[in-house]
Amino acid sequence: MITLSHVSKWYQSFQVLKDCSTEVAKGEVVVVCGPSGSGKSTLIKCVNGLEPFQQGTIAVAGISVGDRKTDLPKLRARIGMVFQHFELFPHLTVMRNLMLAQIKVLHRGREESERRGMKLLERVGLTEHAHKFPGQLSGGQQQRVAIARALAMDPIAMLFDEPTSALDPEMINEVLDVMVALAKDGMTMMVVTHEMGFAHKVAHRVVFMDRGEIVEDAPTAEFFGKPRSERAQTFLSKILQH
Amino acid sequence: MNYHWNWGIFFQTSPDGVHTYLETLFMGTGWTLLTALSAWILALALGSLVGVARTTPYVWLARLGDAYVELFRDIPLLVQMFLWYFVLPELLPTDLGDWLKQLPDASFYTAVVALGFYTSARVSEQVRAGISSLARGQRFAGLALGLTLPQTYLYVLLPMAYRIILPPLTSEFLNVIKNSAVALTIGLLELTARARAMQEMSFQVFEAFTAATVIYIIINIAVTFGMRWVERNTAVPGLIGAAPALATH
Amino acid sequence: MFADFDFDVIIRSLPYLFYDGMTFTLMLTALATTGGIIFGTALAMMRLSSFASLSLPAAAYVNLMRSVPLVLMIFWFYFLVPYIGQWVTGASRPIQVGAFASSLVTFTLFEAAYFCEIMRAGIQSISRGQVAAAQALGMTYAQTMGYIVLPQAFRNMLPVLLTQTIILFQDTSLVYVLSITDFLGAASKIAERDGRLVEMYLFAALVYFVISFVASLLVRRLQSRVAIIR
Repeated sequence: MITLSHVSKWYQSFQVLKDCSTEVAKGEVVVVCGPSGSGKSTLIKCVNGLEPFQQGTIAVAGISVGDRKTDLPKLRARIGMVFQHFELFPHLTVMRNLMLAQIKVLHRGREESERRGMKLLERVGLTEHAHKFPGQLSGGQQQRVAIARALAMDPIAMLFDEPTSALDPEMINEVLDVMVALAKDGMTMMVVTHEMGFAHKVAHRVVFMDRGEIVEDAPTAEFFGKPRSERAQTFLSKILQH
Repeated sequence: MNYHWNWGIFFQTSPDGVHTYLETLFMGTGWTLLTALSAWILALALGSLVGVARTTPYVWLARLGDAYVELFRDIPLLVQMFLWYFVLPELLPTDLGDWLKQLPDASFYTAVVALGFYTSARVSEQVRAGISSLARGQRFAGLALGLTLPQTYLYVLLPMAYRIILPPLTSEFLNVIKNSAVALTIGLLELTARARAMQEMSFQVFEAFTAATVIYIIINIAVTFGMRWVERNTAVPGLIGAAPALATH
Repeated sequence: MFADFDFDVIIRSLPYLFYDGMTFTLMLTALATTGGIIFGTALAMMRLSSFASLSLPAAAYVNLMRSVPLVLMIFWFYFLVPYIGQWVTGASRPIQVGAFASSLVTFTLFEAAYFCEIMRAGIQSISRGQVAAAQALGMTYAQTMGYIVLPQAFRNMLPVLLTQTIILFQDTSLVYVLSITDFLGAASKIAERDGRLVEMYLFAALVYFVISFVASLLVRRLQSRVAIIR
């Protein structure tokens, strides 16, 4: 579904991504982790073309992301993305947040968009908040709405950029529960996160990045059981303390 | 297009028989700069006083300062100039009023006073904002050392506040230069007035106004560069920009 | 002292002052504000564009308008607009435009430079994350600007935009230099005709003051309400 091949990216003269190659098959859940500055956020933003890259290729469902001729908005409509800071549109109600792109990008009718929006709010457990504004919701609630907003587009894959890093500890689980349910339903997911519990539960593979390179790319059990590289071992020992 | 261009008009003698049109424009520029500078000095002095007053813990003083600012901010500059020029002499005792009306260069003095007071309200806003942006601890530190409140303002608060507000003060100074043109309505022969006169006498409309525009742009660039030089030479080492860095300790 | 003054002249001229003068002032303010904000927003987007062919001319325009006195611009456009009209319509002689049309063009184009800077600050204050979220949903540049960035920028800058409108309202008094009958012009004409400078100018100052003061109070009230909602 998602293929990255020898992707390299520079900011001016600084190389942030070094020859990264990996794959996410349909229905697979891949967790990307690594110390800060490792380039994992940048990598995932390249997948839907939010960040440009200079070398290599990225393809989603066979469509090349880097190709100049690709209709990026159309491609992005098919890939869902959830951000660290939720990024709900503060001037629109929750329902309008869910409906906006359905109407303007997918050209669905108002009633259909509203219906689908409501169903998704049910799925994430937030129907009573449909007509509130994002500012009136807690962080965990906002992030669940953000997930619903991305799902409203019927994406073929979902990208998560540190979805729980900006949440207070007591709200992390409500978001992770939604993500676990999504994974169990067979969604193709690429998740940048520090939440190793999540990785254990539903990830098929773990990709470890450090300083712009993919250092390890292994099935979950293997990654946690016998990490091959020293850097991965150091990282794991640091974050698994708590 | 029916307009006849004649860029040589600048070197022809103006109706006063003595100066070329170009020279009259330069004379006008001189009055513009003199008026602007004089008004600016007045504005800085008054504005600083009022700005400081609005940050003191004396509520009545602060309210007075607020009223001052409202008064000069809510009446158009042109109307204020008319009040100083036409109305004030009539409200004073007859001798004083007559003396004012006979004053040579009355329009200059009136323009300076009107522009000075108008701008002082805006300067006081900047000064107030600059002082407020300083960490509260600065004031307490000064007082704790035994400095009186006036001393604290003079030696601790104002030196930093002025550095912080240099950029908006620069804009304000540029505004004063532009606003000096309003004084043509009370007879001051500054640059725009001269350009207008040149247009009326010679019919070379676009040459006249282009010259005035170019001169204003040059003044603008000169002032902007000058202020940048001042900023560089008064910068405090270790402070990038201003308020945000200060407020964190 | 006040025995010499005839404040009745104010009462007698109220209809002229307000029907002729103030309506001109208010119409000019309203229309120039609308046009200025629209053109200013377009200029702001041009300045923020990555195409130099758009950002450079926009920056040059804004810097030019902000370097020059409004009075000079009033003169410029008074003479320029007829020639532009001639050029646009292909007439044989400069088109006669009325005082109102000429003022409207002047104020719209001049104030647009100031509205541009306000909107530019507003647009830049919208976090990149919002743009990223809109793009991630598949919205085009136009949709992102139209539904996400500009509505928020406008709402955020509303108090500043309104304050600029109050400034515009006061600036309109400068049409005096063309002897146009706005509110101040009307007061002036009466003052000169009846020799009642003190009464008329004091009254004019009072009216401008009351309108501007009340308007800025309302803006401040609005500012505190908008701050809570966000």
